[in-house]
Amino acid sequence: MIDDSLWFRPPPRPSQTPVAPPRPLIGMVSLTIDGQSVEVAASSTILEACRSIGVEIPTLCYLENLTPVNVCRICVVEVTGARVLVPACSRRVEPGMEIQTDSPRVALARRMVMEFLASSVDLSTAPQALEYARRYGARPERHGAAIETVEQPVKIDNDLYVRDYAKCILCYKCVEACGTDAQNTFAIAVAGRGFDARISTEADVPLPDSACVYCGNCIGVCPTGALMFRSEFEMRESGTWDESRQSKTDTICSYCGVGCTLTLHVQENRIVKVTSPMDVEVTHGNLCIKGRFGFEFVHDDPKEESSPVG
Amino acid sequence: MDLHFQGPEASAEERAAVDGVLRDQPAHRDLLLPALHAAQDRFGWVTPGALDYICRRLSVPPAEAHGVVTFYHLLSLEPMPAAMTHVCDDIACRVQGAERLCDELARRLGPEGEGGWKRSPCLGLCERAPAAVVIRAGAAPSAFAVAPASAEAIATEPEEDFTAFRRSVPREGGRLLHRIGRVDPSSLSGYLESGGYAGLRRAIEIGPAAVIGEVSASKLMGRGGAAFPTGRKWEAVARASARPHYVICNADESEPGTFKDRVLMEGDPFAVVEGMTIAGLATGSERGFLYIRGEYPLALRRMAAAIESARAGGWLGRDLQGSGLSFDIEIRRGAGAYICGEETALFNSIEGKRGEPRNKPPFPSEAGVFGKPTLVNNVETLVNIPLILRLGGEAYAKIGTSASTGPKLFCVSGHVERPGVYEVDFGATLGELIAMAGGVTGGRRLRAVLLGGAAGVFVGPDQLAMPLTFEGTRAAAATLGSGVILAFDDSTDLGDILLRIAAFFRDESCGQCVPCRVGTVRQAELLHRLRSGCLIGDLATELALLREIGQVMRDASICGLGQTASSAVESALTALELLAGPEPRS
Repeated sequence: MIDDSLWFRPPPRPSQTPVAPPRPLIGMVSLTIDGQSVEVAASSTILEACRSIGVEIPTLCYLENLTPVNVCRICVVEVTGARVLVPACSRRVEPGMEIQTDSPRVALARRMVMEFLASSVDLSTAPQALEYARRYGARPERHGAAIETVEQPVKIDNDLYVRDYAKCILCYKCVEACGTDAQNTFAIAVAGRGFDARISTEADVPLPDSACVYCGNCIGVCPTGALMFRSEFEMRESGTWDESRQSKTDTICSYCGVGCTLTLHVQENRIVKVTSPMDVEVTHGNLCIKGRFGFEFVHDDPKEESSPVG
Repeated sequence: MDLHFQGPEASAEERAAVDGVLRDQPAHRDLLLPALHAAQDRFGWVTPGALDYICRRLSVPPAEAHGVVTFYHLLSLEPMPAAMTHVCDDIACRVQGAERLCDELARRLGPEGEGGWKRSPCLGLCERAPAAVVIRAGAAPSAFAVAPASAEAIATEPEEDFTAFRRSVPREGGRLLHRIGRVDPSSLSGYLESGGYAGLRRAIEIGPAAVIGEVSASKLMGRGGAAFPTGRKWEAVARASARPHYVICNADESEPGTFKDRVLMEGDPFAVVEGMTIAGLATGSERGFLYIRGEYPLALRRMAAAIESARAGGWLGRDLQGSGLSFDIEIRRGAGAYICGEETALFNSIEGKRGEPRNKPPFPSEAGVFGKPTLVNNVETLVNIPLILRLGGEAYAKIGTSASTGPKLFCVSGHVERPGVYEVDFGATLGELIAMAGGVTGGRRLRAVLLGGAAGVFVGPDQLAMPLTFEGTRAAAATLGSGVILAFDDSTDLGDILLRIAAFFRDESCGQCVPCRVGTVRQAELLHRLRSGCLIGDLATELALLREIGQVMRDASICGLGQTASSAVESALTALELLAGPEPRS
């Protein structure tokens, strides 16, 4: 036994009242965007600088809650003096940068990116991507009909959500949400290479055999509907999915004490999908299996009335 | 991490194979690729049991390991024949009968894959085309190149005889090539007797700052293709405040038509070790990696042996030659991915991730492998370093022209009489290089030259007076690239060559960014349409589309692969007027 254990010794009394450290100075950087001067924090990305003055930059693989991977290249802008276009979502601003967001090179790059995606991927449930394709004048039919696409059968291997990789633009968001950016489950990763690159579980096993914990955070970040609630998928299949007849109601999840905000998507008095707002600090859009999928008990279904014990 | 493992339990054999390479090293993710190689070498494929065991030992999520294995061509998740012959059907071998060889193998051994043979992109044996590399898995795995290859020749491992390297270096002498085929590459004393390690001795004597001064004064430009001033790179890494620093020798030579680095490593491996060691001392790095492509078995053996001997001789390791300085080299073997020659993809590959390039900035001198300041130099660049230290930077800078200093290696192949690596002082013209190689085979007429590899450009016979310097090629809107000079005579089906180049980029794109992943596929499809005559709209529409595909790949791809994937194709259409005639065919 040590008598004067360090742990029990009180800290020395301060000789004077502690003062708060001075506020750190935020370095500011001046640059021009489309001829307009702008001053932003030095740690900003070009995307943040553009948004600060209302210049819209299209994004597909970018999400505020995830690490930028800059793979879709729709957000590229022209920086004077740079040999190639730069991704606005990840490139930090530099003093004196001259940025053009709508030069002919930028316009061509965005049009071709959307042409490449629209000619190889089913974008039918990706309204944002379709809007970009229209806005930038993509004409996927120029590449003909006898071309390679990512068409493949939809994967339905569990009751909670489906994976339709014919709709996947490989934005890496689901992989990030499953990994260190949110869930730390690592059930999926990018596999294969080149045009054959795809999202896959280990050894391509069905989800129930994989490490998936059904938090559904991948569905929450998917921009194309490649990952979809089984309920939504089946309603779309049968033609009953109708967003104009849906209401969204925010509530707090009743399962545990964390207090996650749930957005209940309700059609004809039935919950058809559950999301969580990106800007709520408890969840940042993330939920667990109970909050995301455990809503059936609120439906007063006769078929659900069998005794839980038996 | 709470990882979910569900693979079958590894057998004793599977565990032994993996443990053999992991031994008692700390279980870090960067051992993933070496461990996967161990399984592939032992069983001919990465068995589920071995993969599961590797994931458990290194704490790698199985889904990520699956993603890594499927990234590399030389690793398989399916059972494969234990012996696999990789047959090059790329540009240089194509004009020397690679298709005939593939047809014959299909007839004798059966279809590609199950017949124990596979087509491969350029194997870097272009001077002895057509080429093949045989990889045999088992308790005593082996790998060897056969070139020129034939259905009979691939059955037996050729004798190793270093004087045979002279075939690859037809001209005697030279400042960089003088030992090749003449000094035993396995002998440290041979290296020392032929002037080896004089550069390192001087480096130890004058210290890091002066070494960087010499390299800067030499005006040496990187020989890997990007031609960045070497001195500036060294200085940036030496100055970086984060520690530790790393040195990487990029020996992932995979640009079609390039074989100079292979010849250097096979024929003069100590020179590579010496160059790396000087780089380590100058940049304050104690650990170096040699990242060598998986298709170079002999170069791998030679480099491993040289590193071993250098260590035993006190030229690597702690306190080298009593200088108090330390530096050591670890070899990392690639597994069949052209993209891993891109420096940031190479970092990811070493770190045990998929070989996908990173966005720059940050640049490697700031955040490279393991996020630390890293110097990456090509093999040929590093072999110039001992020379610079021996001559002095100023004297070195007098070799060549004022903007392109020093000696330069060119890989001359295709339709020439004596293909091989040729060393010249910068300033020689394209015509002179082709003449050195004996001119066009059989005295035929030259139709075109591919300069700089698949990522380079085609030039016509009207360009023979072009000086092969950085400034000379730039003025002609061409590129030196990695020093490839691939000649085609007037009997060549250039349309077929273009299709092969387009297929190469389609196959080698990592798939990360949209412009390259889809653009390389659309480009290949469009070339097939031009070749078959099944156009969408008229020829002008198709050519306009081809140019737009090229432009978005050049402008918006993450890395150099996508940015140069249309270069050769577009240059062929303009410089060679391939489609100028009424027929949309070559």
